[in-house]
Amino acid sequence: MIVFKKVSKIYPFDCQALVNINLLIKDGEFVSIAGRSGAGKSTLIRLLIKEELPTHGQIFWKDQDIGILKNKDMPLWRRQIGMVFQDFRLLPNKTAYENIAFAMEAGGRPNQDIIRDVPQLLKLVNLTERAEHFPNQLSGGEQQRIAIARALAHRPKVLVADEPTGNLDLLNTWEIIRLLMKINELGTVVILSTHDRDIINGLDKRVITLEKGKIIKDDPNGKYILF
Amino acid sequence: MLTTLIRVIKSGWFNFWRNKWLSTAAISIMSLTIFSITSLLLINVLVNSLTTNLEDKIDISVYFKLGTSENQILDIRNELVKLDQVRSVEYVSTKEALKLFKEKHKDNEVLMQSLGELDSNPLESSLSIKAQETSQYESIVGFFNQEDYLEIVDKINYLENKIVITRLASIVKVTRQVGSIVLLILIIMAILVAFNTIRLTIYSSRKEIKVMKLVGASNWFARGPFIVEGIIYGIIAALLALIFIYPLLWYFSPKITTYLPGTDLFYFFQTNLISLFLLQLAIGVALGSISSIIAIRRYLDV
Repeated sequence: MIVFKKVSKIYPFDCQALVNINLLIKDGEFVSIAGRSGAGKSTLIRLLIKEELPTHGQIFWKDQDIGILKNKDMPLWRRQIGMVFQDFRLLPNKTAYENIAFAMEAGGRPNQDIIRDVPQLLKLVNLTERAEHFPNQLSGGEQQRIAIARALAHRPKVLVADEPTGNLDLLNTWEIIRLLMKINELGTVVILSTHDRDIINGLDKRVITLEKGKIIKDDPNGKYILF
Repeated sequence: MLTTLIRVIKSGWFNFWRNKWLSTAAISIMSLTIFSITSLLLINVLVNSLTTNLEDKIDISVYFKLGTSENQILDIRNELVKLDQVRSVEYVSTKEALKLFKEKHKDNEVLMQSLGELDSNPLESSLSIKAQETSQYESIVGFFNQEDYLEIVDKINYLENKIVITRLASIVKVTRQVGSIVLLILIIMAILVAFNTIRLTIYSSRKEIKVMKLVGASNWFARGPFIVEGIIYGIIAALLALIFIYPLLWYFSPKITTYLPGTDLFYFFQTNLISLFLLQLAIGVALGSISSIIAIRRYLDV
C-alpha cells in the first residue's frame, strides 16, 4: 500500500510540479497516471523512488515514511520497487542476461538463485534466445522487455513504469502493456505513467489524471479525458 | 561478503575488457604518468650522486710546521674526529707526502732532480679533513684558532680555496633545492593528468552509476567495479612503464656515464628493480583507485 499525503514539489524559482497530492494505491492495483507532458507524472514517480525529495508532505510505503529513510537503507527500499524507464537504462557493457543478473547480484542474492531466476525472467519476457546480446544489439522493444525483466528480478511488490512505451512503435507498445498486465495479474502493483490515449482507453483500469501538478480526476475504470 | 567481492571484481574486469578503447586511453596516460614519475626519481638519483661527487671533492688540508711530532698531529686528529661536523680525517705524514709528490711529478725531471739535491724532506705533514656538509668548513677552521694549535699549524688551504668552496657549496645546495621543487611540481602535474583521465572515464559512465543505484545497488556495489577497473589500469600501466624504461636506460645509461663519471643509472635500476617496480605498482594502484573513488563520489548521490 502506497500513500501520498499532502505532497507538493516545488522546483527552484517557484515552479510547482506537484500541488497537494493525496493518493492511496492498494495492493494488487494497476494504476495509470495520465496527463500531458509537464503535468507532473514523472515528478510523482521520482518522488516515489526517492530520486528526489518532496518539498512538503510525506510518502508512505506500508507504514514507512520513505522521506526519512537513511542513505544506507535506500538500496533495500529500491529493491522493493521495480523501475522501468522510457529510455530503458540498461547497462551498456553488460549482456541482457548480465543486466538482469546485476540487479540480483546487487541485492546480494546467492548464485544459485541467479542461475535459476534469470532464465525464467528471460522466458517471461520472451527473450531467451537474446540472453547473450548487448543492449546495442537489441531493438527498442527488446531492450524495454529486458528492462522489465530486470525490474522484476528483485520480485518487487511494486513495478513503476515511467512512459515505458514512449520510444516504441505500436506493436512493441502493446507487447509491453500486455506484459505489464500479466505481471499485475501475478500480484504486483503496477504504476504506469503515460500520455498515450489509446493505452489508457484500452486498459480499462484505474486512471489518475494530472494537470498542472494537481489530480483532476481519479477514476476506477477510467478513460483518457484530456483533449 | 566474499560473493560480493568476487562479483565486484568480475564486474570490474568485464567493464575493463569491454571498454577496450577507454581502457587503452586510460592505461596509456597512466603509464606515461608512472614513466615520468620514475624518470624524475631517477634524475633525482642522478642529481644527488652528482652533488655528492662534487661535495666529495671538497676538503681542506691543514699543514703542520716541519718538526711537529707525529703524536701531536694524531692527538689533533683524535680531537677532530670527535667533532660532529667532521666526516673524515686523513693523516698524511711527511713520508707519504713525499711519495705522493714523487708519484705526481715523476715525469718532471727538473723537479725530481732538485728534490734529489735536498738533504731532508721539505714537505710538511698534513691532515686532510672532510666535513659532513660544505657549510661546516668555516667552523672546522675555527677549531684551529686555539692557541695551542697556532704554533704548529703552518697553513690551512681553506683560506685559499674559500671562495671556490663556498661557491661550490651554494651550487650543490641550489641544485638540490631547485631539483626537488621541479621534481615535486612535475610529479603533481603528472598525477593531475592521470587523475583527470580517470575522471573522464567515470564521467562517461555516470548514467550507468545512476542506473545501478536505481536498481538497488549499494554505494559500494556501484563503486566497486570502477575501483577494480582503476586498479587494473594501474597494474598494467606500471608494467608498461617498466617495460619502457628498461631498454631506454640500457641505451642511455652508458652515455650519461661518459658525461658524468661515477654515475651508473642502469646499474642502480637493476639493483633496485624490485623496489622500483613495487613503487611503480603502488603509484599505479593508488592513483587508479583513489582517483576512481574521488571521481565517482558525485554520481553516487541518487
